[in-house]
Amino acid sequence: MTAVPVPHRVISRRPETADTVTLRFEPVGRPLADFLPGQFAMVHAFGRGEIPVSVSSVQATGGLAHTVRSVGAVSDGLCAARVGDVVGIRGPYGTSWELQRARGRDVVIVAGGIGFAPLRPLILGALAEPEAYRRINVLIGARTPSDLIARAEVASWATAYTGVTVDQPEPDWRGDVGVVTQLLGRAQFEPEETTAFVCGPEPMIRATARELIQHGVPHDRVQVSLERNMRCATGHCGHCQLGPVLVCQAGPVVDWAHAEPLLAVREL
Amino acid sequence: MTATAAPAVLDRKGLDALVAALVAQGRTVVGPTVRDGAVVLAELTSADALPFGWGVELEAGRYRLVRREDGAAFAHSAGPQSWKNFLHPPRERLWSADRKPDGEVVFGAEEPADPSYAFLGVRPCDLRAIAIQDRVLTGGRFEDSGYGRRRSGALLIAAECTEPGATCFCVSTGGGPAADPGYDLALTEVVDEHGHRFLVRVGSEEGARLLEQVPHRAADPVTEDTARASVEGARDRMGRSLPPVDLHTLMGSSLDADRWNDVAERCLTCGNCTMVCPTCFCTTTEEVTDLTGDHTERWQRWDSCFDLDFSYLHGGPVRRSARSRYRQWLTHKLSTWHDQFGTSGCVGCGRCIAWCPVGIDITEEVAALKAESETETD
Ligand SMILES: Cc1cc2nc3c(=O)[nH]c(=O)nc-3n(C[C@H](O)[C@H](O)[C@H](O)COP(=O)(O)OP(=O)(O)OC[C@H]3O[C@@H](n4cnc5c(N)ncnc54)[C@H](O)[C@@H]3O)c2cc1C
Ligand code: SF4
Ligand code: SF4
Ligand code: FES
Repeated sequence: MTAVPVPHRVISRRPETADTVTLRFEPVGRPLADFLPGQFAMVHAFGRGEIPVSVSSVQATGGLAHTVRSVGAVSDGLCAARVGDVVGIRGPYGTSWELQRARGRDVVIVAGGIGFAPLRPLILGALAEPEAYRRINVLIGARTPSDLIARAEVASWATAYTGVTVDQPEPDWRGDVGVVTQLLGRAQFEPEETTAFVCGPEPMIRATARELIQHGVPHDRVQVSLERNMRCATGHCGHCQLGPVLVCQAGPVVDWAHAEPLLAVREL
Repeated sequence: MTATAAPAVLDRKGLDALVAALVAQGRTVVGPTVRDGAVVLAELTSADALPFGWGVELEAGRYRLVRREDGAAFAHSAGPQSWKNFLHPPRERLWSADRKPDGEVVFGAEEPADPSYAFLGVRPCDLRAIAIQDRVLTGGRFEDSGYGRRRSGALLIAAECTEPGATCFCVSTGGGPAADPGYDLALTEVVDEHGHRFLVRVGSEEGARLLEQVPHRAADPVTEDTARASVEGARDRMGRSLPPVDLHTLMGSSLDADRWNDVAERCLTCGNCTMVCPTCFCTTTEEVTDLTGDHTERWQRWDSCFDLDFSYLHGGPVRRSARSRYRQWLTHKLSTWHDQFGTSGCVGCGRCIAWCPVGIDITEEVAALKAESETETD
């Protein structure tokens, strides 16, 4: 079967920030297979193209949704979609967060910018079963307060610790200022008994993973989500290569133990 | 598949009849023919179009046709194209979508009536290249259905190598000059005082049925021995070779080598090597709309890891320098291809050497990387 998009209707559209929108979808006909948190879809903007976008909500908990930041032709087109519009989606693709590996342990989830989107269904999954984990920590960083996604929802979460920080404050901002890793000092976790999940820009992923490991979190207990150029998502176009890894197949979620040596090579 | 018949011999008339039988079956027969100063692959309507009496002279950055006295049809090495031009074409429509007046969008998969190909004169290196592309495009979790469709319908008639070129090194990649399994029929051309003929080995039921339809005779010992000897002779006359080391490990430990800077000064990042390589499979996609804006098409076209846009992300390419792009190409071919697909990505056809405008030679680059790794460990 050629990977052909499946029509989905936009059933709600929520602007998150000046450039980011969350779209909820319902299949027009045949539904896609269930997505797992961390997986992604190829989403088509009619006449513009197709881009990889993680699921910010999965069918199992609240229905399929994508949170898209407008950065170019295709993401612009998606952000401009209206309720009732039909958008082509294909998937699910890629690996998912391995939440089961965190059972019985402390959980540290660190999100930078739009990296919050793929972590959201993971957080909801963990919060739905609080007894399965020790302490759940959510650490969120954004450029400015206006770039924070789903602030009200984040504030409502019953975690052991939720921290939010921004790089550049705005006049009414009373929260933390600085890089997201500085929140680790306040998070409640016993490093050796912790599983961590990290998504954001690559420099933020590196810094966070490094710091978690310095704290004593085992290498293979830090899962990160990688981003590379992707044209097909089916392992055939070659664009998503990171050395031996085809990120669309063996990723986007990989163990830091696996990712670290690859990301250490310049321009790999 | 099992070989279902004993070796046979075809003469020139038998070869004519073979092409005629394939055409009569409704197949599109593709094979080598001389055009624009090169041996190209094109549709053949008769065996007369084969490059009888043509050979090639190859060197790094150089390809030239030369006349051959013996009139042989398959005594030229790999040309600028390979079978991927047909199985994995440079441009292909993947699907199209129409927006209806009520706002509904209908997506249509591409299901064209692809030709049923018969490839005549597939080199052993190219037979392996097809097997490699099979793994890449149909061997994973998802299948490239266009490739799969064209490939499953294709009949492969190999032509074993008796005349390797100066840029050939298939033997040091573990293959050639004899054909590995995977063919329907394998021909070995023999020209001597007993005449111009082709030893035929059968590789599949379909090959056996085809052979039944054309005039042939049982193979005689002289033809068999001569054929075997000329293929064996070719093995010893390879123009080049890769160093006999574990290339997967060598490449993996050479990511910081100085040699990449050296080759980057010569490489034009033109991507010719990726276009002519029979295993390179990378593609990109394009959206094409009509004037109404309500019909859109998704096209796939060959892409190259030498293109700056290939690794584009966050305002720029991941692989900005020529160094990193040549390194990506070479390490993918010889090392990370193993990790991704369980085989090497190079079959030693030599095309990338001959068609590089500045004559960069993959075997020379690997030898230099090996030498560099040895001076470091000393
Ligand atoms: C596995 C995966 C999951 C992803 N999940 C999400 C998601 O949940 N939400 C989301 O909004 N995006 C996500 N992305 C990123 C998204 O795919 C890109 O933003 C998108 O491809 C850009 O395409 P475009 O046509 O809109 O912009 P292009 O025309 O390709 O680029 C336009 C401009 O945007 C810049 N740009 C390109 N990619 C990015 C990027 N990733 N981030 C910032 N700037 C960029 C370019 O440098 C350029 O200046 C994901 C990517 C991957 C690989
Ligand atoms: S890398 Fe060069 S020699 Fe190897 S298969 Fe490709 S074109 Fe042929
Ligand atoms: S190696 Fe040669 S053919 Fe390949 S990109 Fe560089 S200059 Fe072009
Ligand atoms: S996105 Fe095409 S191979 Fe991974």
